[in-house]
Amino acid sequence: MPNAPGRSRPRGLAPAPVRASRRRGMAGAAALLVAAGTLAACGGESGGTPTLTWYYNPDNGGQVELAERCTEEAGGRYRIDTAILPRDASSQREQLVRRLAAKDASIDLMSLDPIYVPEFAQAGFLASVPEDVGERVTEGVVQSAIAGATWEDELVAVPFWGNTQLLWYRKSVAEAAGLDMSRPVTWEQIVTAAQEQEVELGVQGIRAEALTVWFNSLIESAGGSVIEDNADDPDNLELGLDSDAGRRAAEIMKMVAESGVAGAAFSTEDEAASAAEFEGANGGFMVNWPFIYAQAVSGVEGGTIDQAVLDDYGWTLWPSVEEGEPSAPPLGGIDLGVGAYSENVDFAYEAAECITTDENQAYYMINEGNPASSAAVFDDPEVVEKFPMADTIRQSLEQAAPRPQTAYYNEVTGGLQREYHPPGAVQPGETGAQAAELIAAVLRGEQLL
Amino acid sequence: MSTTTLPPTKKDAPVSAPAGHTSDRARSERKLGWLLAGPAFLVMLGVTAYPILQATYESLFSYRLTDPDNRSFVGLENYGVILSDPLWWRSLWVTGLITFVTVLVELVLGFALAMVMAKALSSIRPVVRAAILIPYAVITVVSAYAWQFAFDINTGFVNSWFAWIPGVGTDTDWFGDFGTSIFVICLAEIWKTTPFISLLLLAGLAQVPEVLQEAAKVDGATWWQRLWRVTLPNMKAAIMVALLFRTLDAFRIFDSIFVMTAGANGTESVSFLAYRQTISRLEIGLGSALSVLLFLSVVLIAAIFIKGFKVDLSQARGEG
Repeated sequence: MPNAPGRSRPRGLAPAPVRASRRRGMAGAAALLVAAGTLAACGGESGGTPTLTWYYNPDNGGQVELAERCTEEAGGRYRIDTAILPRDASSQREQLVRRLAAKDASIDLMSLDPIYVPEFAQAGFLASVPEDVGERVTEGVVQSAIAGATWEDELVAVPFWGNTQLLWYRKSVAEAAGLDMSRPVTWEQIVTAAQEQEVELGVQGIRAEALTVWFNSLIESAGGSVIEDNADDPDNLELGLDSDAGRRAAEIMKMVAESGVAGAAFSTEDEAASAAEFEGANGGFMVNWPFIYAQAVSGVEGGTIDQAVLDDYGWTLWPSVEEGEPSAPPLGGIDLGVGAYSENVDFAYEAAECITTDENQAYYMINEGNPASSAAVFDDPEVVEKFPMADTIRQSLEQAAPRPQTAYYNEVTGGLQREYHPPGAVQPGETGAQAAELIAAVLRGEQLL
Repeated sequence: MSTTTLPPTKKDAPVSAPAGHTSDRARSERKLGWLLAGPAFLVMLGVTAYPILQATYESLFSYRLTDPDNRSFVGLENYGVILSDPLWWRSLWVTGLITFVTVLVELVLGFALAMVMAKALSSIRPVVRAAILIPYAVITVVSAYAWQFAFDINTGFVNSWFAWIPGVGTDTDWFGDFGTSIFVICLAEIWKTTPFISLLLLAGLAQVPEVLQEAAKVDGATWWQRLWRVTLPNMKAAIMVALLFRTLDAFRIFDSIFVMTAGANGTESVSFLAYRQTISRLEIGLGSALSVLLFLSVVLIAAIFIKGFKVDLSQARGEG
């Protein structure tokens, strides 16, 4: 009897299916509405105005403000919507790559860490930069920022802001240690000074991109490079790790790790932890990005940091590896890429030009503490007033060395982090060769990472 | 006296239908059964079978997501690369260690909590149950961050609260070593999933017939004897199902490791390794091969439990 289940239904609840189906109907209608809304958003048209979507890295609201400003400037020809990306650079890349591999047309503009520019360009994820736009957006921009946005001799992204690390120190500590900070200092000198004064030296020893940042600048300062040749050929990539410069870089890592002044949590220390340490009573020296200064200023305004502590902040160029040789400070920042599958490439480049004007870069630097890529911004009186170290930053940017430019950056940095972490376990004579072997094997597809 | 269980009742014997030939009624009932279960069956095929088959297919290729033009068939080479890499065996060992430690501790703790829930006064029982279940309701990533902040050398309170324990001081870096990292990871897992196991065991406790307990009491059995001879043997099925579910779950650990150490100090699990190859390196082929191996490990664990320990999944739901 096919009606058997019907008999078991409690009679009192007979109207329930009717109610349920009506509810389901309403839910279905709501789902349709949502879907329709999403589809409209995907189409990039709202009321006839093309809408650009800018995927940006989290900040304190600066990029959203710039999007609003440039929407206004466009005078109704296009508008810029923003979509936030994850907090760290590698997760940002993961999300963008997955979307672009699926030819996501909603990515018009993206804030891109320069280390991933080659990978995106090689995969054809970036719309080519029109020649006239290329000329305008590189005019007056510091050389290292242009280099970071270039792949195979072609500009593939628009330089937005250019970051670099400085050596931060407490003036009182440097004075007590008798260090002349007006001249370049070496790693040995600051380690010795920190030991004598019993203060901490803030360096990022965490197994993360920060470790690669440190190591790369050490090897570049020693006159070497992580990648010597064939950056775009995974089978024949030539690494410069097993070299004199590589050994020197490893020596310094080990020296800092074993100095006793790098802090108890050195092997898990990131930029924020270094900044917290430097603000504290035991702060002495630290290598870090300039955002920490803006952070300290707002700390003073918020009452969490004493004005006297901020007044004690000193800054100079990143420490040298060899006495008398200039250092190669880390280079970071953000470039603006235009998605290859965008339906509004021309507007996107127009928007990118608007976002990166000197005026907007100055606004961004003042509000976010992230240095501009345009050299002229460092002469802006408001910038100079807010950032007394503006000149040092500009000089550091000129001197900075980018991290290895390769479409296989993720494998290179992952291999470095695996072999050079924890820094205390680095063996200057061996680690370089081991890391080179690992990275080569991973790139040939013979080993896991 | 050995163990005391109720004599088995035969419920699976057919009551009326003669064996060997299907009646009209049985046929139409079967048809109705398929009609009712069919949609769910199709959904299951779509969301589980299809991805598993696709991963198996892609694991035979050398395929990088950013370079689809150079995709090439490599047969079982990816499996060869993985199985000959010490990193795979180390991750497998770490995963096994975490699984063993957490499941064992959770079983003991979970059983104790189940007893508390079962025996609590009826007036406070709902409150006790809700309190015990709260950790399970917390999202794993959130719980992982909470534990990380607690043990962090800069922001954490653990170091200053527990400085009286030998080996713990204000400068103990919990995430700086393998042993201490694994300790915190296991602790977070145990805190979070013990409620799950205790809930399953509570269902098992409810199945132990009260008559047997009373008979044992009358015979003069102590509390301990009743626990070992009456309660535990009668809920063996529930215990095994709880163990099976938790072992499968624990073997796939990812979130806590991702948040707390990101794989530093050799704390990578098998899932984390698969994540790194597939999502970070975009090597779809190699990552799929790892996922297939992870899947096979889980199937193996399930097979060992079901065949080796004779776990009857239907019994745990009180259908036996």
